[in-house]
Amino acid sequence: MAKITYNTHDSKTHTIDVQNGLTVMEGAVQNDIPGIDADCGGGMACATCHVYVNEEWKDKLPAKEDGEEDMLDMAFEPKQNSRLSCQLIVSDELDGLVVNIPSKQG
Amino acid sequence: MNKTDVLIIGAGPTGLFCAHQLGIIGLSCEIVDNLDKAGGQCIELYPDKPIYDIPAVPECTGEELTNNLLKQIKPFNVKTHLNERVEELKKIENRWRVKTSGNQEFDVASIVIAGGVGSFEPRKFPLKECEKFEGSSLFYSIKDKTVFKDKTISIFGGGDSALDWAIELSNTSRVNLIHRRDGFSGAESSVQKVKELNDQGKLNLYTKYQIDSVSGDKNIDLVKIKHDDGEVKELKTDYVLGFFGLIMQLGPILNWGLNIDKKTITVNTENFETNIDGIFAIGDICSYPGKLKLILSGFHEGALAARGCFKYAKPDEKLRFEFTTTSKAAQERLGVKK
Repeated sequence: MAKITYNTHDSKTHTIDVQNGLTVMEGAVQNDIPGIDADCGGGMACATCHVYVNEEWKDKLPAKEDGEEDMLDMAFEPKQNSRLSCQLIVSDELDGLVVNIPSKQG
Repeated sequence: MNKTDVLIIGAGPTGLFCAHQLGIIGLSCEIVDNLDKAGGQCIELYPDKPIYDIPAVPECTGEELTNNLLKQIKPFNVKTHLNERVEELKKIENRWRVKTSGNQEFDVASIVIAGGVGSFEPRKFPLKECEKFEGSSLFYSIKDKTVFKDKTISIFGGGDSALDWAIELSNTSRVNLIHRRDGFSGAESSVQKVKELNDQGKLNLYTKYQIDSVSGDKNIDLVKIKHDDGEVKELKTDYVLGFFGLIMQLGPILNWGLNIDKKTITVNTENFETNIDGIFAIGDICSYPGKLKLILSGFHEGALAARGCFKYAKPDEKLRFEFTTTSKAAQERLGVKK
């Protein structure tokens, strides 16, 4: 279990206990947090679960696989701290993670 | 006017198999899809990626699955209207009229929505001011490449579309290729070619830059790009092209009065009919308790929805359940030669 904080574009903060083994994307979708569309359902094929991770987490998260960076090319306003939340698998190590959801996904 | 029993919206695996099931029970149908080819997400998102959970098919690619489904529905000569998006829906007596973006009209007894996660639309630039130039000097796809001759074109993106067009247009135009990082997702051979052309001065490659602003009066004459480190460069340009892949949007279907929950359409699990009589939804676009977004679930849903369509197409007839192994009628429809 890890506490994940999702900051949505409307400046609201949602802190949620997400079970280990789920993805950060699933944590958002299952808890109706707006702004994560996840159109492809976690297949790393659409870039609509794009989030910006807080700076202090950028280097603590597992590195991106090739496909993730390729998909981020397609994301809306990608930055250095962009990740696809479907590729972030929740574990105790992710406790306290803060992600910011972009203004839109498309 | 295209008159048929059923209109299927979406030519993905679910829509294609539903056409098969309609054909088997003797109903006619036509298919509309917004993409330029059949296959839906299988073709657009993962044509070369393997799928391992199609019953009795241990492994196949999205493209193979699509080709096999097309082969399976061949006996029914299903008319497929590509590059068309459904727009308007009207009920006239007991039938539905559907109009598409290309002004095609359909007169049908029922409709099966197999629209996946919506129709694919090009992903656009994040800047608001880009809208003003869209269609005149800013494009997300190329219909007529001759307009670019002897002009300066700024292409954004790092996938195959961006690379291929940069290479092709560099023959007749001045090309700037701008991409957000040093790595590219396009084919390695194209990346090498682009780098060669850049070294020969035949195109200008800018990596680690993203779009910052566009400006111009009626048409774009300047695009500003911003480096990761904050430096801004001004590029004089006649056209801007963006290739950021496709995004899925539900589009006009949203306004049809269907019960929508989280971008999906609620259906019953008896025949996958929606809250509107005669309109069915199957595949990724439908939701019900226990819904799994698997291709195999879409096949099941399509089989039941096809049978649900029967009473609307042939209200005076009774549908008898038959197996294709033994049904003479089904085998005739399939064109089986004895």
